[in-house]
Amino acid sequence: MQLEAVITGKAYRNAAGEQHDVLDKVELSLRSGEVGVLFGPSGCGKSTLLRILSGLDRDYQGHVSRPSQARIGMVFQEPRLLPWRSVEDNIRLAAPGVDEAKLSALFDVLELSAHRSHFPSELSLGLARRVALARALAVEPDFLILDEPLASLDDALAARLRQQIATLIEGRTMLTLLVTHNLDDAVRLGDRLFLLSARPARLLRTHSIDRPRSARSEADIRAIRTDLARLDLPNR
Amino acid sequence: MLRLISVAVLLVTWWIASLLVGGAKLPPPPAVLAAIVTEAKSGALFLNLGATLARVTLSFALAMTLGTAIGYWMGRVRLADRLGDPWLILLLNLPALVVIVLAYIWAGLTEVAAIAAIAINKLPTAVVTLREGTRALDPALDEMATVFAFPRGKAFRHVVLPQLAPYVAAAARSGLALIWKIVLVAELLGRSNGVGFEIGVAFQLFDIPLLLAYSLSFAAVVLVIETALVQPFEVRVSRWRSRAA
Ligand SMILES: Nc1ncnc2c1ncn2[C@@H]1O[C@H](COP(=O)(O)OP(=O)(O)O)[C@@H](O)[C@H]1O
Ligand SMILES: [Mg+2]
Repeated sequence: MQLEAVITGKAYRNAAGEQHDVLDKVELSLRSGEVGVLFGPSGCGKSTLLRILSGLDRDYQGHVSRPSQARIGMVFQEPRLLPWRSVEDNIRLAAPGVDEAKLSALFDVLELSAHRSHFPSELSLGLARRVALARALAVEPDFLILDEPLASLDDALAARLRQQIATLIEGRTMLTLLVTHNLDDAVRLGDRLFLLSARPARLLRTHSIDRPRSARSEADIRAIRTDLARLDLPNR
Repeated sequence: MLRLISVAVLLVTWWIASLLVGGAKLPPPPAVLAAIVTEAKSGALFLNLGATLARVTLSFALAMTLGTAIGYWMGRVRLADRLGDPWLILLLNLPALVVIVLAYIWAGLTEVAAIAAIAINKLPTAVVTLREGTRALDPALDEMATVFAFPRGKAFRHVVLPQLAPYVAAAARSGLALIWKIVLVAELLGRSNGVGFEIGVAFQLFDIPLLLAYSLSFAAVVLVIETALVQPFEVRVSRWRSRAA
């Protein structure tokens, strides 16, 4: 399975009819088993790009090719759980085929086992994110989309969730696309980094990291970060 | 306890008032109770209450079903909203009496005409409430359902309906209040049984104990249904909210 996208433009039109460009030229391709990272400043159009790639938004210029029968698991920027269903029901509704073993394994990795019967309003943001993540993985996706899964969590929590995400990604061959505006997360999780400009987002460059995630040492990560910092991205 | 005292005060006030204005104009509580017992013994009370309740149930079900469907449709589809809006405004502003009279003229003094007229009176407010509820649906959850490929029925049942439920409850409550009032008028004008019809008869005979007997029995039934059915339903549909705290 492969994702190919050539987007040449996306604009929102406000009530007054004024055009508000959000995406410029963005070309990207990603193969199954790879983790792509969309990296760019806040408000540059990353979530908009994800909505296009997932097929939610068809109003754009360009072309996206993705197998039509691909199962998508998506973690939106906000958890988007059904407030009137328990944690377990939220997951089972999205993934009717999930068996108990798979579900328990997911809950184990994400440390959610104690929260199965809780309602979303009883969860902290960190927990709700993990439930959203469990839901996305429970559908056994071919295409996993994560929109800023680590944002607004404190450092320790973010590090733990990042580790959990890495474990879950390793456990299944799928196409993964992750959005972040944190370079450290991008370098630790990604195989291919798509560096985006400020709004309207334009693909500045693609950077591949060849060393497998699990083999990346702290020194490697530092080196890649220094490399990328030299590109002076924010000012391009 | 406070309620009981309040009811007792009401009864005492009624009794004193009847002594002041005279039993012919305002019969004392025992006279009304005697009328209730007589009607109950002959079975007429239950027959008439039953006829009225049946009309209420049918027209309520009809108006709620249609109102929910149309309101949802108008809330979702722009074109439907623009086409339906003038009709809605017309119906909202049409006096209940006009609808009832026209229904009887066009469809005859029939059961169908009565039930349709009552339902039409309630319909527009149900539509407006449900349209409001549909417009307030969270698009973020719709997107979630789309991405995770929820089948239509499942998305409606688990994503849309729980969001609409408070609006359905509100429409049911206000609609029922409206129907309780209108059903009597419809019966008075064109039916030969039911509480409204009996009140009309009592009015013509100036039989005030009978008039009060039917009015109070009816009010009691309304009260029981409101507290035993409508309020528990409202609590039920918003149960998940109470866990938020
Ligand atoms: N539905 C919308 N209508 C109009 N403008 C929008 C809409 N969604 C997003 N935008 C605008 O598009 C820009 C990019 O938004 P978004 O894709 O959410 O950015 P990011 O995810 O990179 O932070 C922002 O300026 C935002 O205000
Ligand atoms: Mg975003």
